[in-house]
Amino acid sequence: MSPKTLYDKIWDAHVAHEAEDGTCLLYIDRHLVHEVTSPQAFEGLRMTGRKVRAPEKTIAVPDHNVPTTAGRDTHIDNEESRIQVEALDKNAKDFGVHYYPVSDIRQGIVHIVGPEQGWTLPGMTVVCGDSHTATHGAFGSLAHGIGTSEVEHVLATQTLIQKKSKNMKVEITGTLAPGVTAKDITLAVIGETGTAGGTGYVIEYCGEAIRGLSMEGRMTVCNMAIEGGARAGLIAPDETTFEYVKGRPHAPKGAQWEAALNWWKTLYSDDDAQWDKVITIRGEDIAPVVTWGTSPEDVLPISGVVPAPEDFEGGKVDAARRALDYMDLKPGMPLSEIEIDTVFIGSCTNGRIEDLRAAAAILKGKKIKDGMRAMVVPGSGLVRAQAEEEGIADIFKDAGFEWRLAGCSMCLAMNPDQLQPGERCAATSNRNFEGRQGRGGRTHLLSPAMAAAAAVTGKLTDVRELM
Amino acid sequence: MDKFETFTGIAAPMPLVNIDTDMIIPKQFLKTIKRSGLGVHAFDEMRYDAEGNENPDFVLNKPQYRESQIIVAGDNFGCGSSREHAPWALADFGIKVVVSTSFADIFFNNCFKNGMLPIILPQDQVDLLMAEAEKGENARLSVDLENQQITTSDGTVISFDVDAFKKHCLLNGLDDIGLTMEKEASISAYEAQAAQSRPWV
Repeated sequence: MSPKTLYDKIWDAHVAHEAEDGTCLLYIDRHLVHEVTSPQAFEGLRMTGRKVRAPEKTIAVPDHNVPTTAGRDTHIDNEESRIQVEALDKNAKDFGVHYYPVSDIRQGIVHIVGPEQGWTLPGMTVVCGDSHTATHGAFGSLAHGIGTSEVEHVLATQTLIQKKSKNMKVEITGTLAPGVTAKDITLAVIGETGTAGGTGYVIEYCGEAIRGLSMEGRMTVCNMAIEGGARAGLIAPDETTFEYVKGRPHAPKGAQWEAALNWWKTLYSDDDAQWDKVITIRGEDIAPVVTWGTSPEDVLPISGVVPAPEDFEGGKVDAARRALDYMDLKPGMPLSEIEIDTVFIGSCTNGRIEDLRAAAAILKGKKIKDGMRAMVVPGSGLVRAQAEEEGIADIFKDAGFEWRLAGCSMCLAMNPDQLQPGERCAATSNRNFEGRQGRGGRTHLLSPAMAAAAAVTGKLTDVRELM
Repeated sequence: MDKFETFTGIAAPMPLVNIDTDMIIPKQFLKTIKRSGLGVHAFDEMRYDAEGNENPDFVLNKPQYRESQIIVAGDNFGCGSSREHAPWALADFGIKVVVSTSFADIFFNNCFKNGMLPIILPQDQVDLLMAEAEKGENARLSVDLENQQITTSDGTVISFDVDAFKKHCLLNGLDDIGLTMEKEASISAYEAQAAQSRPWV
């Protein structure tokens, strides 16, 4: 048999039909659904009299729109948001899919709920009408975002029309220095490849530094594969994966666990597998990083300075000029002198328990800077409960952070959590696009520990100075 | 879905690289439960000021580009989120074709589901079309999907590639859910086999 990559193996195990031109029907094992990208898809089913083919493989949870303040289970002020959440309530009920409403402690960001509940398992195909579906690749599952028409397609047929992507290997060798986290890895990779560097590829992240990450960290890395343009990011499952999955509500049990484990252990790229593109980065060379511009590729070590447009080539010169203008930054300014007024810790990138622990470790016994608006939005109700049990919630609250309910919140600012024009935020989320966190708002992406450090000092800060 | 037919239209130049889906349709417009009516909000934060007045410098607000049906864009157009509201907004505005050196994967797929054709061309050809687009209504482009050709107003012909299946669906206005449902036997056979080999799924 010819050698295969992990992606090849998962792909081959899910082809339900292949046409002569290579167009495949890929079978979908798990379909995650949220309130923003699904209403039109369910409406399409109604109009055509179609059913959900596999409701038992379909999991819905409201996350994008929901307020993160108390009382939301009885009333959502914003009428349009309320209508969308109510539509999901109704669609989940009418079509009989699994559902976690806001009143359920298991509710949270769809990409945190899926793994937490054991819906996401190695070797699966996972899709969702959300680009950060890439997160689930951390389990060695082929996971990617789809549009609403494709959501409808999957609901109706449990398949997707796909052509295979190319294979790209991103190896992070060695070990990470203190203060360097999974977020720094994933941003550093995008800094290296650019936001279109992964277009047409599925990335497999490997190497000692990746192996050393927890599942939470691996999810952070894969989450931002999409920011590098890749269809999906993957990490081969190993003992860390199996340990995380075992015992979760929807993970296999007993004999099925053993059977699953046997197959999962075959899910790795063969030694002589062929790669279309390979990138290698030394773990030791990665520093804590921040973004300075309005694209996730605008990333530099915190020790760096704001670049000049002339430092770039081609279309990026004008883009950098526009970004500097939008961000109100001058070339040559040290990144560690950029003052911020808002800190957001949360999102499907960094809203898991390990992220909250990392931030709390920096905040313990400290206060946020006077006038700072800082909020923590746990990724799920269960993450929130665990953080409260561990005393982490108290550390945040004592430091001056707002302690919110679970949801996407200020990552995309569809709910009331938004930046005002000119406000500048240190955010653990995944996109620093113009207006992403609110019209005129300015976003610097960084790790949870770096966000905590910034909350304390009032400016972008090298977390290693506070460790 | 309407059939994609050969047309001649005005092309708007948008040379900025990495035009993302938040730029194409900001999140406040994702709260709709419909597909229609988003054209007025396309490129909202570039197109209007905070009070909702048109920004006269934005290309689609200029008199010669208000009826644009084609966008010639910088690299990596449509990067960011999976929101199909982005192609919905562009299509509702009247855009049928976007030309760039590269597109984000999900946006690219979403276009075809909505009767829109994203065309990938090498940099020199995008540059040529960008220069044509700068001439506004004086330099309309013709797009012929059947023959996979763009023709400029001076008769220059540029050929482009397109996936054969996607082309077939666009030209015939086909609903691909219906097409897939014709393969019901294959899907059922796959499910039966997977129930044996991976019963835990």
